Amino acid sequence: MKVKAKPAEMVEIDMTPMIDMTFQLIAFFMILINFDAAEQDERIKLPGSALAKPHDGPLESPITLQVTRNGATLIGGTLYATPESLTPLLKSEKYVMESQGKSEKNATIIVRAHKDVKTGQVQKLIKVCQEVGFEKFTLRAKEEVGY
Amino acid sequence: MKVKRAAGGKIAIDMTPMIDIVFQLLTFFVMTLQITTAEGDFNIKMPLAAPRAGVPDPNQLPPMKVRLTANSDGTLAGMSMNDRTFSGADRWRQLHNHIAGVVGDGSLAASAEVELDCDFNLRYSNVIEAITAVSGSVNPDGTIVKMVEKIKFSPPRPETGG
Repeated sequence: MKVKAKPAEMVEIDMTPMIDMTFQLIAFFMILINFDAAEQDERIKLPGSALAKPHDGPLESPITLQVTRNGATLIGGTLYATPESLTPLLKSEKYVMESQGKSEKNATIIVRAHKDVKTGQVQKLIKVCQEVGFEKFTLRAKEEVGY
Repeated sequence: MKVKRAAGGKIAIDMTPMIDIVFQLLTFFVMTLQITTAEGDFNIKMPLAAPRAGVPDPNQLPPMKVRLTANSDGTLAGMSMNDRTFSGADRWRQLHNHIAGVVGDGSLAASAEVELDCDFNLRYSNVIEAITAVSGSVNPDGTIVKMVEKIKFSPPRPETGG
């Protein structure tokens, strides 16, 4: 029997709904992206507070100090065993600010301390910063539902 | 961009490069997504203690000293302010109400200051609880009623003390 071959037929899929959905997903993830999360560390479990609210605007010259459960301080991935060992780093930060025409008195030290760390360790850290010349501190806490 | 003119005069745009890029973007955002809890701040202004020049401001209230003592395991043992002690499950509420009574209707809130005097080994979460109690409260509708905004720490106590 003679079979007649059909000419190849090209099937066109309508891509519009898929592209729509993909763009919506991209928009969703773009809105959700949080650059502040970069300073968060899994070793630090913050205490919770109903009154802790984010700042309205960006902080002036922020320096984030993270205090682990055993009292060590973490800055930019480097662990400092004692608050006193931070002094050279804080002094260099101060000199950088001065060279930029800024004052360390206006800089904000953000303290992200573990909820179970000894309070004395946090106070010692604040004292070391005070001795260098920093005056403004911010204690960071996790937002909770109010009582 | 590659544009094909079909027999019927319809222009078919090659969507493949765009879809490639869009999927790469989507993959990037999915992989960099970090689910984190919202965080907030308490501001503390603490210059290094220096002798104050001039006559003290008569409208300035003396700091209200809140003493927090700790057990050996770091849990809160006791809390007091002047001669008043706060205990029980609702001690933070008691402290809040007491401070609210001192500060009054809010006219003194701007000048009121609280000084936290804590044992060295007290768990830090108790300090945040105390700051929350003295800073204000949250209404059922979510609005924050501010109370004391000036908070400072006493000099750190020695580790063996308390």
